[in-house]
This record gives sequence, C-alpha cells and structure tokens, in this order.
Amino acid sequence: MKKTLTTTVPAALIALGLAGAASAEIKIGASVSATGPAAFLGDPEAKTLEMLVEETNAKGGINGEQIALVLYDDGGDANKARTFATRLIEDDEVQAIIGGTTTGTSMSILSVAEDAEIPFISLAGAIDIIQPVKPFTFKTPHTDRMACQKIFEDMQKSGIQKIGMISGTDGFGASMQAQCKDVVGEYGIEIAADETYDPKDADMTAQLTKIRNTAGVQAVLNPGFGQGPSIVTRNYRQLGIELPLYQSHGVASDGFIELAGKAAAEGVRLPGTALLVADLLAEDDPQKPVVTAYKAAFEGKFKEPVGTFGGYAHDGFALLVDAVTRAGSAEPAAIRDALEQTSGLAGTTGIYTMSPEDHLGLDLSAFRMLEVKDGSWSIVE
Amino acid sequence: MSELLQFLFSGLTVGAVYALVALGFTIIYNASDVVNFAQGEFVMLGGMITWFAHAAGLPLPLAALIAIVATAALGVAINKLAIEPARGAPVVSLIIITIGASVFLQGAAQLVFDKQIHSFPAFSGDTPLRIGGATIQPQSLWVIGGALVVFAGLWLFFTRTLLGRAVLATSNNRLAAQLVGINTNFVMTLSFALSAGIGALAGVLATPITLTAYNVGIGFALKGFAGAMLGGMGNPKGALAGGFLIGLIEALTAGYLSSTYKEAAAFVVILLVLFFMPQGLFGRKSTERV
Repeated sequence: MKKTLTTTVPAALIALGLAGAASAEIKIGASVSATGPAAFLGDPEAKTLEMLVEETNAKGGINGEQIALVLYDDGGDANKARTFATRLIEDDEVQAIIGGTTTGTSMSILSVAEDAEIPFISLAGAIDIIQPVKPFTFKTPHTDRMACQKIFEDMQKSGIQKIGMISGTDGFGASMQAQCKDVVGEYGIEIAADETYDPKDADMTAQLTKIRNTAGVQAVLNPGFGQGPSIVTRNYRQLGIELPLYQSHGVASDGFIELAGKAAAEGVRLPGTALLVADLLAEDDPQKPVVTAYKAAFEGKFKEPVGTFGGYAHDGFALLVDAVTRAGSAEPAAIRDALEQTSGLAGTTGIYTMSPEDHLGLDLSAFRMLEVKDGSWSIVE
Repeated sequence: MSELLQFLFSGLTVGAVYALVALGFTIIYNASDVVNFAQGEFVMLGGMITWFAHAAGLPLPLAALIAIVATAALGVAINKLAIEPARGAPVVSLIIITIGASVFLQGAAQLVFDKQIHSFPAFSGDTPLRIGGATIQPQSLWVIGGALVVFAGLWLFFTRTLLGRAVLATSNNRLAAQLVGINTNFVMTLSFALSAGIGALAGVLATPITLTAYNVGIGFALKGFAGAMLGGMGNPKGALAGGFLIGLIEALTAGYLSSTYKEAAAFVVILLVLFFMPQGLFGRKSTERV
C-alpha cells in the first residue's frame, strides 16, 4: 500500500556523499481512493502522481532536491482517509498533502491538515472544501456550480428558457442538481421537469418520456456520472427526442462516447477541460503544452486514455512544484504562502490564479463547451 | 396511450433483468436453502468476461460462451472451496460465506480486469423498434426472451427431471436424500454450476443495456433478491413474476408519480405482499414434517 518512489537515485547520491541527511528530500503525502467505489477517479490520480514524481526526480527534482511520495489508498472511506492523513503528518512527516478523491475523504483530510498546519491540495469537487477559505486547504477541480453556470450560459446563448433535468441520485448527481437549481434563476431559465434515477438503473425511458411530454421544454440537462448518463443518452435517442441534450463534466471522457454509442452521443454538449481536446487547442493556447505533455506521458506509460480526474492530480502536483520552486523552501508554512500567491499557472483543468480569498483560482474560462461531432469531441465557439 | 406503452416497455426491460437474476437464486436455494449473495457477482462476471474476451478479438458468441462456462466453473470452485468444507454449518453461516465470496469476487475482478465501465455491442443492433408510438430496444427482447427460456428450462428441470427432483429432495432433507441414493455433493456442485451459469447468462444479455463494471454485482443481487422474495423464494414462476413486477412498478411510479419514489414504491409493495403472504406470491408453504 505504501510506496516510496525515490529508490536508486538517492541511494546513488548518498553513496557518493553528495546528499546530506533526509533534509535534502521533499516529502509529499497522498491519500487517494485507488480502490473502492471511487476507484475510477482515484486510480488515474494515483498513477498520475507516481508518474509525475518519477518524471520530476529524473529531471533533478525541485530546487535540486529529490521528491519522496508517500501514497496511501483510502478506498473512498472517509475514516481511513483521516487515519492516513494523521499517519502522513505524524509518522511520515510530509511537508504537503495531495489527495482526497471524494468530497467526503477531502473533508476528513482537511480537518487533520488544518490542525497540523500542513498545506493540503484536494482533488474533489464540492465548493465546501474551500468555502469558507481555510488557510491550508486548496483544491484543483472546478466546482459543480461552475459547471452549471457554464451550461446555463450556453443555453442562454441559444435562447433556451425552459429545460428538463434528469439527475443521478449518487453524490455527484445530487450535488450538481442542487447547485444547478440554486443558480438557474440568474440565467432566466426555468426548470420545468425535474426527474431522478438511481445510478444502478438500467432504463430511464419512463423519466425521459415524462420530460418529453412536459410542455415547453427546450433542452434537457443530465447531471451524473458513471454509467447513468450513457444510458440516459441511449434512451434519449431511442425515444427520438430532438431537443439539445447537455451532460455534465462528470462524463467528460472518450469513454462516454464509446459507452453511449457514437450515434447516440452525437450532438451531446458538456463543459469539459482542455485535456479532452488537447489536439484541437489553438497553437498559442497557454494550456496546450501542458495538456499535450501530460496526455502523451500518461497514455504512453499506462496505455489508457487520460481523463479529467487524473488531470486534477496533475494540477495538484504542478501547483505544489510551482509553489516549492518559488518559495525556495519546503517548509509547510512557506509552501502555503507560495500556493496562495500562485499566478497564471497553466494546468490541465485551467489557469490557476490563487488569492487569500480564492483557494481554487479558476474561473468559468477553465471549462470549454464541448460537443460530440462525428463521434469525437469538438470545441463549441 | 403511447405513454403508458412506453412505461410498460421500460418496466419490462428492467423487469426482465431482475427476473433473470432472480431465477439464478432459485437453484442454489432449492438445493440448500442458502440465499447465495454472490449471485450478483456471477452476473457481473458474465458481462466482464464477455467484454474482456470480445475486446481481445474473439467473436461475441464465443466470448459469451466462454464467460458462461468460466463463471459456472467459478461457481463450482466456490462450492468446493468455501461451501463444502463448511458442510453441516447452519444456513445462516453458509449465507455469510456467500457474502464473503461476493466480496472476494468483486475484489478479484477489480484486479484482473479494471475499474472502468464497459459494454459490448447489442446482439441485434441499436435501432429501436417502434410499436404503437412507443419504442423498445431489440436487446430488451433478448433479455425478456432469455428470462422466459431460462424460466421454462428451470420449470421443466424441477418438475420433469429426476435430477431436478433430487435437488429438491436434497434441500428437503439431506440425510434422507442420501439414504435413497442421491449424491448430495454432486447436487450441490451442479446447483452452483447452474446458478452461476444462469447468472452469467443474465450478465451477457443485460450488459448492452445496463453496461457493466466490477462493482455492478451488488445492485443486481439486491434487485434480483427482492424479485425472488416477492415471487416466492425457490419457485421459478415466482422469480419470473417477482422480477417483472418490480420492474413494472418502478417504471409506472417513475412515469405517473415521481421518479424520486420509484424505489420506495417497489419496496412498499414487497413489504405489503410479504406481510400478508410471507411466502411470497408463489412460495411453497413451509410445513415442516416432524
């Protein structure tokens, strides 16, 4: 379960007498959900962190110091995450923590990290993690609320005023459903039909028929992740509904098109990150080099497509490396101060500019409105 | 009218999946009174192995066959390695063993395959059939057909074959069954192989509709179990009726009332039925002869 990634290089350095004590090493802790119900998020996160630490060490580390990654798998269990966070801080004496795949695990890690005054970069979606701002807690993924805003902005442009929603009852779907309903009024859009489905359901035609038969609905929005949105998309085409269908960033991956089927997914819109359309980005896009490099490295090493979630871990690590480099020190307090001053750092998710009031540092431009065209993602302008 | 028809189609599609899973419960239950909670994992394995073999380049029918045979073999292995050594233990202990087997299979699938969601092409294409203004996917007909065929097979097996009656006899009184010359060990092995095979078949048929992943087993097991309980545990007729009934109740509630209450509505019906008919709709009366 525990992996330390500085093996041969530091050993060689010590043998040569070049390295002093353990001080010439930056220790980063991570607790992600590489197994359990959130495994399909946590697994790419763990892989990404291991890969990036290896890469950075091969390039000489940060400020000449090697990085040691202590990685734990909390299995999506908030209690385990708390135990691991305590162990990371007290036994492993890490200088910073990245992790917390789910909102639940993030919340337990952050309480431990805040007490011990160790900087923590969360990889989970909920806005509660950074609002109200806690001094040592940061996060990389955009919030559900921002996804809703991006979608409603796009609907507004098409003159859509009345929509139907069909949401998963899992944590992600329920949270986004609530956020969307909260923010929808600002866009002059009315939710005329509000249906839900269980994430394990096999058929949503009943709910979709109901939405279709609701008078005046001009578009349908489906917050959710896992297999639900793929089934909704298939049922949507099965019923021959012609209205625009919006999915959430929860299914922003090539896997979604494959599962829903190219024909059924055609025309589906969703807010996604630059990572998904790395090849389509303009040459002068500041995110282009970052996403291209990460995509090539990850897909070359693990032979599986990159996803938004691995990208969150990439950005968490990039933020940390950037902060330690600028701080010129790996003291937790110095890292924290430097993290808060992050400015214009291009990650896979967006361009981060933090402030004492904003520990996420992303705005709506981090999302790109994507549409499935001819069986693959394209950018909507 | 077309609205009602659409809800019915939705209910039949989902109900057929539940019924297929529920049917898988009946054999092991009939042989040993054990509710096999690893039944959902057999469904998962059917889907995952088929996907894996198909992705490796095998034609779909061959991949499906491999999945069914491999899962049946796994069922036998579970019986030999986990259930048989505990012979003589109370039924409750055996049920707990099957829960352990379920956790093990899920963990193993996570390592052997992966943690992503998968599917394979529907058998007869994705063009929905239009009937009376409503639509149904051709794969739904495969699942409904599969449920009916498995039901007919099981019904014939338990009422018309000596082996089927031997299974029933084993559950009724293992010692007496042995005394009249029934090889009860073989009956148990056979029942696990058949149950696992039927579970895998359910997975093969349902995956193009429900999609599959290493962790879908529990959901299938719960709904299938509910269907089997509603219809009467151990009776193929009950499993079929119970599965379809739950699917239809869910779809009609989602359609006419609210999708928020569809699970609740199904469980209220189950509670009511079990309250008035503790044996389920088609359950056998449990008269213990002393």
